[in-house]
Amino acid sequence: MGLAKAASDAADVDTDTLLEIYRRTALINRTDEKFRALLMSGTLRLVYYPVRGQEVVSAAMMTALRPDDYLVTTYRGVHDQLAKGIPPKILWAEFTGKATGACKGKGGPMHITHPETGVMVTTGIVGSGLPIANGLGLSSLLKGDGRVTVVCFGDGSTNIGAFHEAMNMASIWKLPVVFLCQNNRYGEHTAFADSTSAGRIVDRAPGYGMNAVRVDGNDASEMYAAAKAAVDRARAGGGPTLIEAMTYRMLGHVFGSNASYVPKALQEEAVREDPVPRLRQKLLDLQVPEATLAGIEQAIDGVIAEAVEFALSSPYPDIGEIRKDVLGQEIAA
Amino acid sequence: MNAPLKTISFSQGINMALDEAMAADPNVFVLGEDVADEQGGGVFKATLGLSAKYGASRVRSTPISEQAIIGAAVGAAITGMRPVAEIMFMNFLTVCMDQIVNHAAKLRFMSGGLTSVPLTIRCGTGAGVGFGGQHSDMLEAWFAHVPGMKVVTASNPADAKGLLLSAIEDDDPTLFIENVAMYAAQGAPPEAGYKVPLGKAKVVREGSDVTVITYGRPVLEVAAVAETLAGEGVSVEVIDLRTIAPFDAETVLNSVAKTNRAVVVHEAVKAFGVGAEVSSRIHEELFSQLKAPVGRVGSKYSPVPFSPPLEQAWLYSRDEIAAAIRKTLG
Ligand SMILES: Cc1ncc(C[n+]2csc(CCOP(=O)(O)OP(=O)(O)O)c2C)c(N)n1
Ligand SMILES: [Mg+2]
Repeated sequence: MGLAKAASDAADVDTDTLLEIYRRTALINRTDEKFRALLMSGTLRLVYYPVRGQEVVSAAMMTALRPDDYLVTTYRGVHDQLAKGIPPKILWAEFTGKATGACKGKGGPMHITHPETGVMVTTGIVGSGLPIANGLGLSSLLKGDGRVTVVCFGDGSTNIGAFHEAMNMASIWKLPVVFLCQNNRYGEHTAFADSTSAGRIVDRAPGYGMNAVRVDGNDASEMYAAAKAAVDRARAGGGPTLIEAMTYRMLGHVFGSNASYVPKALQEEAVREDPVPRLRQKLLDLQVPEATLAGIEQAIDGVIAEAVEFALSSPYPDIGEIRKDVLGQEIAA
Repeated sequence: MNAPLKTISFSQGINMALDEAMAADPNVFVLGEDVADEQGGGVFKATLGLSAKYGASRVRSTPISEQAIIGAAVGAAITGMRPVAEIMFMNFLTVCMDQIVNHAAKLRFMSGGLTSVPLTIRCGTGAGVGFGGQHSDMLEAWFAHVPGMKVVTASNPADAKGLLLSAIEDDDPTLFIENVAMYAAQGAPPEAGYKVPLGKAKVVREGSDVTVITYGRPVLEVAAVAETLAGEGVSVEVIDLRTIAPFDAETVLNSVAKTNRAVVVHEAVKAFGVGAEVSSRIHEELFSQLKAPVGRVGSKYSPVPFSPPLEQAWLYSRDEIAAAIRKTLG
């Protein structure tokens, strides 16, 4: 268990898997870029939480899952949702509040649900996804359906009570849940070290008797190895794992917010360690032809362009939707 | 076969509903603090015997973690399971409001109907038994105010059984409120399979002069007052809401359209309570035919006191109910 094991497994990740991780990474990276471009130009108006810098964490984690496994994520979740397989068209349509969106435009960017691809809950409340992930895991345990649940949350979320209640319950019940903490070093404008008594989030796990590993989440092989080990353990009935994936939020908390509170040295280090060019270079080093990578990127740009067009040209939901889905039975007009 | 029961208690009614629901549907499971037999079958014994019958995996004692209990119930519910979560006392809902209000109540809408939350939350509460300020509140108005939640409460053991079974089978999150002063109360036993539909109030006593709308334990007090007033020639119609939200406006308005007078009675503090909503609906719909303003009776505006005389004085009383009814008669 721990860092050493993850690192030794890392060598085993094959090129096809890395290429799949890259495919998902590029989809996230280009989608994030497109959102910001359209926000910048004024084409879109919505509250957007960038995922720049955290692409590889999600891409590697979700590559280790089965399509029918469950995901719970947060407002900063577009990387997780895309990596899990939500179709870009309906994601874009939901972000823009359109009738063709995943949730008919009624959830919006912070509340993406798409059970078909296992995207079960996206919450805007810090920490609240963890107890719900336990319920998904409990359902799998009681039904014996062999699914694994991954719940994503930030470093800041480990200071809220729900985290602690959920960790304890998952551990005593041996739930098939992977707790993926994406430690991007900041919660809004507060640095991790200024808000968190534990120097490392993994150090909290022994208090709950839970397996835990801290990895360089920006290293695709290391991240994938840790993800795979945790998923395999959960599926085999070995209970939950806490993964602390060290990553970095390369932009402000929300699109348009400033990030001047981030020390310059940290920013520079982050740019040097940027996970996306890092994974690309790794694939080139593994003799994957440049043309293969360029082909992936080009295809993704096409998919995104089509998704944006679909979202922008889709209609808004009918006003009558306000009365639907409140309760099982439609509310009388 | 056991001899048929002459009467059952409120707790037995709840136990029967859980038993029937678990027998009928493998997706139903119970979770909460101390609910399994090994931990006593719940502090109010409502789940006693169920883990022996269905196993401690389906009748699951939990850590003292209300957020984790309701969160786990929400997560299981969106996969199609039908969890029944016991939150020992209603006041403890305050530590898991996020899961109830932001998640259970809203996931159906926010997902555009892709996920629903067929969750039942049972909780006990009520003044008059000496639990003091943090174990006695009636907070039904808080939850009735949240779109997406259903709120139910029973006034007798058979209704408890019938309403709880319906709540478990219902596809929306339902809060089921139990009055701790009534757990031992006896009543006629319901037949197997007996269900009471959600969203429907019941006229428990017919009358022609004034309608009293109430729910839960005060139904018994109002019935007693109605009986006394009948001796004075006042004919009181009594409505037990059974489901507080969604509100059965039809039954209430039909009755008041007939009597032209109404009083709302509840155990919760009167200020900003369900009575204000019910009264307002009646005024909005029937103002021109009302013979008197709608009266309201609730408990006093203070935390529930401990000292027995204070606690009794805090509660709504039969005298106050009778006075409110008389006031509408002019
Ligand atoms: C319960 C709650 N408190 C506060 C907020 C406001 N808020 C939104 S994001 C955020 C920071 C969370 O930081 P972290 O968990 O590290 O996630 P990150 O945004 O870095 O992905 C805060 C405080 C919230 N949404 N929910
Ligand atoms: Mg963070």
